[in-house]
Amino acid sequence: MPWRLLKFALNPNHSEPRFFPPETPLKERYDMVIIGGGGHGLACAYYLAREHGVTNVAVLEQGYLGGGNTGRNTTIVRSNYLTPEGVQFYDASLKLFEDLAEDFDLNIFYSNRGHYTLAHTDSAMRTMRWRAEVNKHFGIDSEVVDRSHIAANVPDMDLDCGGDAPVLGALWHAPGAVARHDAVAWGYGRGAYQRGVEIHQKTRVTGIKVDDGKVRGVSTSRGDIACDKVISMVAGSSPRITSMVGLETPIEIYPLQACVTEPVKPFLDTIIVSGSLHAYVSQSSRGELVMGASVDPNVLHSTRSSFDFVEELADKMLDLFPFTGRLRVMRQWAGMSDITPDFAPIMGKTPIEGFYLDAGWGTWGFKATPISGKTMAWTAVNDRNHELIEPFRLERFADFVQVGERGAASVGH
Amino acid sequence: MKLIPLPDLGPRPRSEFDYGGELRRPPMGADTALWAAYVFNRQGAPGLLREWWYHRPTGAWYLFERDTLADRFIRHIPVQDIQYELPSADPAV
Repeated sequence: MPWRLLKFALNPNHSEPRFFPPETPLKERYDMVIIGGGGHGLACAYYLAREHGVTNVAVLEQGYLGGGNTGRNTTIVRSNYLTPEGVQFYDASLKLFEDLAEDFDLNIFYSNRGHYTLAHTDSAMRTMRWRAEVNKHFGIDSEVVDRSHIAANVPDMDLDCGGDAPVLGALWHAPGAVARHDAVAWGYGRGAYQRGVEIHQKTRVTGIKVDDGKVRGVSTSRGDIACDKVISMVAGSSPRITSMVGLETPIEIYPLQACVTEPVKPFLDTIIVSGSLHAYVSQSSRGELVMGASVDPNVLHSTRSSFDFVEELADKMLDLFPFTGRLRVMRQWAGMSDITPDFAPIMGKTPIEGFYLDAGWGTWGFKATPISGKTMAWTAVNDRNHELIEPFRLERFADFVQVGERGAASVGH
Repeated sequence: MKLIPLPDLGPRPRSEFDYGGELRRPPMGADTALWAAYVFNRQGAPGLLREWWYHRPTGAWYLFERDTLADRFIRHIPVQDIQYELPSADPAV
């Protein structure tokens, strides 16, 4: 429990200070400009100010804070990845998440649930064993379990999936958790603002000035700014930003959809993912089922929802939880996923001096919010890739040293 | 359901198609860096994109120009229009 709740109860004065600053004019010059006021951008601003004392920083957001993929993900936090690079990176993130509420003095509703990745085939079981061994090697609580383990924890699941694709076992990741995504962005934003960082919403970047291979400034819908360092943390808008500086990347944008049902009594306290069925589900603390599937089948720069998605997802969900046929879908939405060929992010320095990229977050971005903010802040300050993100550098494609996370990144890839 | 306007069969639902991705031309006589760029890099930014679509019921590939921001199919491109020379026997390749 955050101390803040206790202090609040004992304090006779219950008025709340303003969370974010009122709009101010842009300054002519900043030391660093962060493009994107989502979780990653605000986290980076927070760690720049808190750990490096760099506060002459502007965060530019074209919409509102946390209104992009930060507010559109399904809030799952886990670290049971497949590659040593991925496992170490996401585990550092999970550890930061656990202390975040205390750090911010704000309740982020971090709820440790446990995470099942179901295997319906022998080949899926093999991948689970592989992941479990890599995870254990790095000290992560992750193991392969059989049907009885799942049946004991999730009594409402049909382990035979209607007979079509019986569950053989699962990868069980006890530290798997959910957190309130908005609160994570707001906590980082408030912490950054309190330390002197400027946050500008409704400010769209329209161009980046590069001279002689060096960043000189950015143009925005509210005027020009001079700066030597720009950090792009815009997920689904990454190709628009990289095309401003003429940087080619392997990123393609595919919409990723999700939906929630009406709230029901608590019956599911773990997170269930099925790669073979291309579906995942968890129950929110309000009782809604939060459900998602794989990305849409083709490139699209849009956040429209489609009926095809709900239809296909419902078909799979009925296999797992037959009684959900009685539930109604309440809300449906989409985010733009920036997918990379190896399903790992692209982070760190670029061939353009002073331009730092934090992109390729596909379907795995929320869980990396704290660590990507922290490592990108370090990278921008030292002008050198942090050791945790060195394997995720853009040049890995030209050097043919990819980080193959396809088997563990999400569902249905 | 989104419909894709086939030149010979008329509009067909998108669920009948597999997405084949962006049309890319292999570089001729390229060095490793160019080849890596060809293999991995994509247009990424929104705009007009030439893409392959595989129609499963007829087993035919189609090439379309599509606006990836508005999700609008602009035109069908006959494959003979995009024919290009085969890699040569140039020893430098």
